Amino acid sequence: MADSYYNPADLRKFGKITEWSEEIGNKFFDYYGKVFEEGALSAREKSLIALAVAHVVKCPYCIDAYTKDGLQKGITKEEMMEAVHAGAAIESGATLVHGVQMMNKYNKLSM
Amino acid sequence: MQKSLKSRHNELAVTNKQLEILNGGIFADGELPYFKDKINEIGHFPLRPKKLEILQINVGYMCNQVCEHCHVDAGPDRKEIMTRETMSQCLDIIRNTGAHTLDLTGGAPEMNPDFRWFVEEAAKAGIKDFIVRSNLTIIRANKKYYDLPDFFKKHNVHVISSMPHYTRGKTDKQRGDGVFDKSIKALQELNERGYGMPDSSLRLDLVYNPSGAYLPGDQMALEADFKKALKEDFDIQFHNLFAITNLPIARFLDYLIASENFEDYMYSLVEAYNPAAVENVMCTNTISISWDGWIYDCDFNQMLDLKVASKVKHIKDYNEDLLNDRNIIISQHCYGCTAGAGSSCQGAVA
Repeated sequence: MADSYYNPADLRKFGKITEWSEEIGNKFFDYYGKVFEEGALSAREKSLIALAVAHVVKCPYCIDAYTKDGLQKGITKEEMMEAVHAGAAIESGATLVHGVQMMNKYNKLSM
Repeated sequence: MQKSLKSRHNELAVTNKQLEILNGGIFADGELPYFKDKINEIGHFPLRPKKLEILQINVGYMCNQVCEHCHVDAGPDRKEIMTRETMSQCLDIIRNTGAHTLDLTGGAPEMNPDFRWFVEEAAKAGIKDFIVRSNLTIIRANKKYYDLPDFFKKHNVHVISSMPHYTRGKTDKQRGDGVFDKSIKALQELNERGYGMPDSSLRLDLVYNPSGAYLPGDQMALEADFKKALKEDFDIQFHNLFAITNLPIARFLDYLIASENFEDYMYSLVEAYNPAAVENVMCTNTISISWDGWIYDCDFNQMLDLKVASKVKHIKDYNEDLLNDRNIIISQHCYGCTAGAGSSCQGAVA
């Protein structure tokens, strides 16, 4: 066993998850591949969305994968960082908007 | 400015050391398959040439730039330059070849003192597509090169130029400070002569190669991004963009090892292996001639000093039919030409 929970080399083994559950594993990868094809959104736009989400869900494998993917697509570091900020803004906004719930509760309980 | 591996006495300046790395480690211990075994799976081993279409001639390793990724290990300190005598031997071949494309490369080919004479003579041979690979900055490097755009136009030369990115930062990081601004100026001058304009017969293509340890993305998408940015920002136009994968040899190999990216990069190449690209790898329709007249399957094999496996190894013995009856020499660097959509000096192949 590795002595840490995340090993960068494990990303290369992602495809092996199909070995223990072939059908649904393959369905996932088919779906995944389809999602990132050119569509109403360009593959470039989807890559930036994926990078932002990777940060929000704090997936180190996904951050490695979509930083590299962005470089391959010619995406600049400024564009990548703005995407991360967009994700961070939504995440912090999602925390802060709960402040309204806190305010509601506070007001309800206060005389 | 950094120096070539050769002048730094870097161990990778010895091609055997490079081959040892490419054949050893993760390949020798079976972690990754040898290229030979991969192409054998689809019946392409030994790899054989098809009809010769492109004659690529390297007129010398001297260059005004020292790009970090350069597979030639070119630079101002490289003195290997093709002589007029060797050029004359090449002209005999050019006049009689069945190839439709002549591709002059370097170094900066324009720095060869006999470059203009060679172009003038070669242009007379009437080859359909006559390419000069120009790094662009040479046009602005010294007054004696300022008229190159006119010279290219006069001889209807097809100009193919490197441009790693449409932003200054990425271009200068790979190719040196100030390269971006000089390249932009050179492209504008070529445009002024009609090069790269939509309906112009004066062909101007750009070469994109990644500025780091990753593979190029989709060639069409990159071309669209480059066209939009260069037109909007600098009013520059060009015809096609060729996305070329960096092969793990020479200075790029040195960079991969120094940055601890070598294994990951080799994994990326092998994972992106595309059997459909094998059919059209450039060594099947190209031969590469070095500054001193030796013959190779491609420019990369030239830099690894892997001469053709043929009785005809030097242009003094040139015989196209004999040469075409050979097995192409391969190693693990060849994965660079079969990754994704494939890669060649003419861009994607699959």
